[in-house]
Amino acid sequence: MRRKSFALVLGGIMGIGLVLGGCKGPSGSEGSQGAGEVYVYNWGEYIDEEVVSMFEEETGIKVVYDMFETNEEMYPVIEAGGRTYDVVCPSDYMIQKMIENHMLAELNFDNIPNLEHIDPEYLERSKSFDPENKYSVPYCWGTVGILYNTSMVAPEDVPTKWSDLWDETFSGEILMQDSVRDAFMVALKSLGYSMNTSDPGELEQARDLLVKQKPLVQAYVIDQVRDKMIGGEAALGVIYSGEMLYIQEEVANQGLEYSLEYVIPEEGTNVWLDSWVIPSNAKNKENAEAWINFLCRPDIAKMNFEYITYATPNKGAFDLLDEDLKNNKAVFPDIDSLDNCEVFQYLGDEVDTIYNDLWKEVKSN
Amino acid sequence: MNKKLLSGPYLVWMVGFTVIPLLLIVYYGLTDKSGAFTLANIVSITTAEHAKALWLSLGLSFISTMICLVLAYPLAMILRKRGVGRGSFVVFIFILPMWMNFLLRTLAWQTLLERNGVINGILKALHLPGQSLINTPGAIILGMVYNFLPFMVLPIYNVLCKIDDNTINAAHDLGADFYQTLVRIWMPLSIPGIISGITMVFVPALTTFVISNLLGGSKILLIGNVIEQEFTRGSNWHLGSGLSLVLMIFILASMALIAKYDKEGEGTAF
Repeated sequence: MRRKSFALVLGGIMGIGLVLGGCKGPSGSEGSQGAGEVYVYNWGEYIDEEVVSMFEEETGIKVVYDMFETNEEMYPVIEAGGRTYDVVCPSDYMIQKMIENHMLAELNFDNIPNLEHIDPEYLERSKSFDPENKYSVPYCWGTVGILYNTSMVAPEDVPTKWSDLWDETFSGEILMQDSVRDAFMVALKSLGYSMNTSDPGELEQARDLLVKQKPLVQAYVIDQVRDKMIGGEAALGVIYSGEMLYIQEEVANQGLEYSLEYVIPEEGTNVWLDSWVIPSNAKNKENAEAWINFLCRPDIAKMNFEYITYATPNKGAFDLLDEDLKNNKAVFPDIDSLDNCEVFQYLGDEVDTIYNDLWKEVKSN
Repeated sequence: MNKKLLSGPYLVWMVGFTVIPLLLIVYYGLTDKSGAFTLANIVSITTAEHAKALWLSLGLSFISTMICLVLAYPLAMILRKRGVGRGSFVVFIFILPMWMNFLLRTLAWQTLLERNGVINGILKALHLPGQSLINTPGAIILGMVYNFLPFMVLPIYNVLCKIDDNTINAAHDLGADFYQTLVRIWMPLSIPGIISGITMVFVPALTTFVISNLLGGSKILLIGNVIEQEFTRGSNWHLGSGLSLVLMIFILASMALIAKYDKEGEGTAF
């Protein structure tokens, strides 16, 4: 769930990646050292580049690195198999879809001893999309919540639940997520339903609720919610927790007279996980496992956390952090505040179509 | 033989980047997910949401086109009257912004129109009440007019430049006043440019999804947004292609219009 994509830079890098990749096909190992190569497919800006060179130095494995911007963009590339990757980092529901379509290989955990550093909590959460923890190793995680501007929200109006996003006081002051599942998650959770429901009745209620909310919404946005909130454009915004460190730094740097606070609504929210998996057509599976193992090493996970600023599931890395970072509830919320939370599941193409159609009805209303 | 060889690259270009993609759209538009023939994707334009999005798009792009025409025609006449020749400074100034990225220019409008944006900042400094400008149909029309105005000015200017001064002088000699010259001489002679300008503004305005996303806050669903979402989020390429085919009807109609009025290709912009 990367939300910090800088499309232009990304496009440029991807272009270079393609050119370089074109010179040497995935099967051609000629010219490289004995340890071979590993083909990595990851979100844009989702690794500290220093880590890549450290991995190459320590293992002698050459890294060929490509990036994608959305899960939906990544999926057909892996499915078509024209270019094979050894290790990929999709989100929860997409991993489930790939498992169901037999696109992933079981991991050999003998090659990933550093798995012991991953907090068991997140392996437990992973079970909702990878029931036996056979295919995936968690990399980053986070929540979705409400960000509010302290100067525009009176103390007694501070949001605590999703239904506060239907409060008439905030007419024209609300930024909603412009993506189907995230928007429906807000409505379904405030109705007390599961965000993974496929019940048409529940979904229609959620649609009606979203239609009712629309006049209060200032805009439906994705990445822009961060900058708009920093700029004081709206009082409330639905946002991914991963942006919080950046936002807090930015508010401090610009010396703004208000602060922006993050709330996980009582009704529960979406806990998302991005995890490393190995496609079943991978050509360098052992190198891919070495890659995953390397990223699970606490000092490496800490470097990546500091670069990406999305919460790390790595207990070892967490222990290495400064106290005030550890206590930053926006980045690392208390586990018990996640009681009602769920992880997105893949619901099948037909249910996806229902969601999309209902969302279109909301948007055209 | 040599001449034929020279046309080779263009042939590859046309087939590879125009004909094959078009055929793919037709194929996707006329099949369902299992690959069987269906008209459902095209008929789906009649569903409430799609029809509403289409009407809204037609309405907004019609208004934008008319505003562009009203703004562009006098400008083109002024440019011609000043004797400012082709490639002159004024025209240069006019196309200069087009060298910048379209997305950046639209994002700049966002910064101008935002609640804490430049315009409201100025209003506030003058102690005037702030206006909510962004995320309205008006903001979308503004974005369309701003981005597509040069496409209206250039073809009209080109056609006006080709009208012989003697024709105008003759009209005046025969006693026509300014208004009569405008309606009887200027307008009829510049129809190819007007038609070409209308098409070049109307078609991109009809299919845009970026302007409505950025300046409409994604609250206003145009047909371009529907198609974009089917391709990128909904991953239903079949429905997206079917709706694209419906839009193509409007584009073909406008091309037919050009062919009818602009036989000599006078009104082309560049």
